[in-house]
Amino acid sequence: MSDTGEPLVEAPADAVAGEVVLRLTDVVKTFPGVRALDGVQLEVRAGEVHCLLGQNGAGKSTLIKVLAGAHRPDSGEVVWRGEAAAFANPQAAMRAGIATIYQELDLVDDLSVAENAFLGHEPRRLGFVRRGHMARRTRQILARLGHAEIPTGRLVRHLPAAGKQVVSMARALSHEARLIIMDEPSAVLAHDEVANLFRIIRELTAQGIAVIYISHRLEEIREIGDRVTVLKDGRTTAASLPARETPTRDLVARMTGRTIEYVFPQRPPGDGGGAELLRVDGLTRHGEFADVSLRVRAGEIVGIAGLVGSGRSELLETIFGARRAYAGTVRVDGRALRPGSVGAAVRAGMGMAPEERKSQALLLGEPIYRNVTLATFSRYARLGFTDAGRERAEADRITESLELRPRDVRRPVRTLSGGNQQKVVVGRWLLGDTRLLLLDEPTRGVDVGARAELYQVIRDLAARGVGVLLVSSEVPEVLGLADRVLVMREGRVVREAPAGELDENTVLDLVMAGSLMEGAPA
Amino acid sequence: MSDVRESSLPAQSPPVERAETAKVDAPAKLSWWRGDGGEGAKRNLGLLATLVVLVVIGILTRPDLYGDPNWVWGNTLTILKLASVVGVVTVGMTFVIIGGGIDLSVGAIVALAGVWCTTVATQSYGAGGMIFTALTVGLAVGVVNGLLVSYGRLVPFIATLAMLVAARGLAAEISDKQTQVSGNTFINGIASTNVLGIPLLVYILVAVVAAGWVLLNRTTFGRRTVAVGGNPEAARLAGINVRRHTVLLYALSGLCCGIAAVMLTAQATSAQAAMANLYELDAIAAAIIGGTLLSGGRGTIIGSLLGVIIFSTITNLFAINNLSAEAQNMVKGGIIVAAVLVQQVQFGSLTQFLARNRATTT
Repeated sequence: MSDTGEPLVEAPADAVAGEVVLRLTDVVKTFPGVRALDGVQLEVRAGEVHCLLGQNGAGKSTLIKVLAGAHRPDSGEVVWRGEAAAFANPQAAMRAGIATIYQELDLVDDLSVAENAFLGHEPRRLGFVRRGHMARRTRQILARLGHAEIPTGRLVRHLPAAGKQVVSMARALSHEARLIIMDEPSAVLAHDEVANLFRIIRELTAQGIAVIYISHRLEEIREIGDRVTVLKDGRTTAASLPARETPTRDLVARMTGRTIEYVFPQRPPGDGGGAELLRVDGLTRHGEFADVSLRVRAGEIVGIAGLVGSGRSELLETIFGARRAYAGTVRVDGRALRPGSVGAAVRAGMGMAPEERKSQALLLGEPIYRNVTLATFSRYARLGFTDAGRERAEADRITESLELRPRDVRRPVRTLSGGNQQKVVVGRWLLGDTRLLLLDEPTRGVDVGARAELYQVIRDLAARGVGVLLVSSEVPEVLGLADRVLVMREGRVVREAPAGELDENTVLDLVMAGSLMEGAPA
Repeated sequence: MSDVRESSLPAQSPPVERAETAKVDAPAKLSWWRGDGGEGAKRNLGLLATLVVLVVIGILTRPDLYGDPNWVWGNTLTILKLASVVGVVTVGMTFVIIGGGIDLSVGAIVALAGVWCTTVATQSYGAGGMIFTALTVGLAVGVVNGLLVSYGRLVPFIATLAMLVAARGLAAEISDKQTQVSGNTFINGIASTNVLGIPLLVYILVAVVAAGWVLLNRTTFGRRTVAVGGNPEAARLAGINVRRHTVLLYALSGLCCGIAAVMLTAQATSAQAAMANLYELDAIAAAIIGGTLLSGGRGTIIGSLLGVIIFSTITNLFAINNLSAEAQNMVKGGIIVAAVLVQQVQFGSLTQFLARNRATTT
C-alpha cells in the first residue's frame, strides 16, 4: 500500500513546465519521542501549484517549518535553486526567496498595509524610512495581486481576513519570493473569497512563482493544483501526482494506507454500556459548534471524529465547563451542571485531558506526583496542610497501574516522553474517582508503542464503568477505540453510528466536506 | 551526521535535571526536605556562597573591624535588622511572583498603612488599634489589587502601578504631607526592644519567613500558588479557582506590607507618605536573585530571604568602608543582572544555544 521511497514521478505533460526550484530528498526531522519527518521527498517547479496532502500529524507543519527555516532537518538534502540549502533561521529562508503564509497570519495589526508589507526590510535612506517610496512599491505589488483598491496607509486591523491574506502575499512579493508556501489559506476565507484567492495564485504562478498549497479540501486541490505530494506518518507516500487526474480513491488510500498497524484492544461483548452518564442537549457556541446533542453511558467509549476547526475541541471544553455555552445543557446523572464552571464539572465526576498537553495540562517543572495529584491534593490535605507522603503513595499506585516509565514519581514531568506525560494527565483523573473522562487527542505526539498502551488503558477504564468521550483527528483511532462514533464537520454532528458500521473512507469522506462525492472519477 | 544528533540531544536537557535525577536515586537522604527542593536547594547554596564571598570581602577590606568578635556579632544583627522590613515585604512579593503576577504597589501600601495607623484618631485606640489598622489597610489594598487583576482582567503590572500612584496619593492626603510622629511607646518599642540580645524586628522577620515557608511548601495554598503561576490553564482545567486564588495572593502581599508598615513606623517612630520609597524594587530584585522565576511557577522563600540579606550585606559593606551609596546602587544593579543571567543558563537556554551551535559547526 505505501510506496515509501518511490522515485519521483515525472511531471505530467500538461503541468506548467518549468525548472525545478526546490528538491527535498530523504528529509528527516525528529523531536524527542516523535519522528515528525521520516524521509520526505518533494519536488517543486517554478510556476506550478504544488499541493501537499496529508492527515493531521502527517508532518505537513513540520515540513513547512523546515522549508521556512524554523526547523533544521536532522538529515536529508534540501536543494533550493540548484544549491544545497540549510536555512539557519526564517530570515535566511526569506532572503533566499521562500515566503511562508501561515494560517494565523503573522501581521502586525497596528501597522499600516505598507508597513506590514515591508516589515523588517523597510526601504530607508540615512536611517529614515522612505515612506513615500514604500507606499509606492506596496501599491505596485498590490496591483500585481489585483488588489490595487487596498489603501496602503490603512491599519491592517481594519482589513477583513481576505484582505489580510493579500497583505501577507504582498509581503512575500516584497521579498521577491520565488516560492510561496500557503498553509490552509482557504480555512479563514468565506466561499466567494476562495475564488479570489485562486485568481491571485494563478497570477503568481503565471509570473513564474512556485506555490506550495496545503489544504484538507480535495476539491480545492483539484481546482488550483498542478501536482500533489501526499504525506503520511512523516513520509512521502506519493510524489508529484497529477492533481486533476489522480483518482480521489488513490489519494485517500495514500493518505490513510497504514504503514503501521495500530493495535486496538478487543471490545467487550454486549452493547458495552450501562446507565446514561452524560447527556448533552442542544449545546451551542456561535462560530464554534451548534446544536450538539450526545449521550455517554457508563462503560462506553464515544468517539468524535473531525478535523481541526470542526469544533470538536471547543465542544469538549464546553462540556467540561472551561467555556460557557450560549445555549443548551450538560447533564451528569440527570443533574444539570452550572455552565462555565470547571469546578462543578470536576465535582460531578468529570475529568479532561486537554488537546495541548504541555500548555493546558502539565506543570512541566514540577514532579510527576504533583502533576498526578493536581486535581486532588486538597482532598488528601488536612486543615489545609498537604500530605506529600500520601500524595506520593497515591501517585505511585496510579502510575504503577498505568505502567508509567520511569517510575520515580519525584522526577519532573518535563523528562517524560509524550506518551508517559499523557499517562500522567489520565492518571490525574483516575485518582479523583472520575466517572466520565473527556480525552482530546490523547495520542498526539505519542509514539506507536505507547499508543497501544494508552488504548489499553482507555479500554480498561471503560471496562471499570468509566464513560469516555474521545476526540481525535485520526480516524482509525476513533473507529478502533470507540463503541459509538460521532462525525463532526464545521461545528455540527453530521453522522452518528456504532463504530462497526463505519469505515475509514466513509468517515474521512464525511469529515472532508463530501469531497469524494463531488467530481471524483471512481 | 547521526553522531551530531546523538550528541546534541542529551545536551538539550539542562544539566540541572540530570543532577536531580541522580539525587532522586537516594530518596532517604532527602526525606527531611521531602525531595522536592533539589533545584531550589542547589540555587540557595549558590546564594549562600555569594554571601560568604561578600563577608570575605568585608574581612579583607576591614580586617581591623572583623578582628573584634563583639563587633562582628553586632554588625550581623545590624544587617539582619536592615533586612527585616524589606524581608517581610519580599515574602509577600515572592508569593505574588510565583503565582504569576507582580506587585508594584508594596512600597505605597507600606506608606499608606503606616500613615493611616499613625493618625491622631487611630493612635487614640492604642497599640492594638494601630496594628489592627495597619494590617487591615494592607490587606484591603491587597484585595483591591487582586480583584483588579483577576476579575477586572488588568495586567498585574498596570493594576499595581495604578495602585502605587493612588495609595501614595491617599497617604499624602491623609497625612496632609506631614510627618506623623508615633507617640505610642509600645509601637516604638518594637524597633528598640531586644530579646535575648537579638532585636525584636529580626524575630518578626524570622516568624514571617517561617510562616511563608510553611505556607508555600506545606499547604494547599502553596500548591495552588505554584500551579496557578506555573500553568494557569492547567490549574483551571484541574478545577482550581484561579481567580479566587489570585485575589488571595495579592491580599497576602498586602498583609505583609501591613506588618512591614508597623515595623517601619516603629523604627522611625513616625510615618509619612514618602516612606518605604522604592521598596517594590528592592523586594522584586531580592525575589529574582533568590531564584524566583519572574514568569511564575517557581521560587523559594529561603532564596528570597537570602536575596534580601545579600542586598543588606552589600549596603553594610559599603557603609563600613565609607563608600558612597551611588557606587553601592551600581553594584546592586550588576548583581541583579548577573543573577538573572545565571538563571537563564540554569534554564537551559544557553545549553540549547551551545548545542545548536555545535550542530551547525559540524
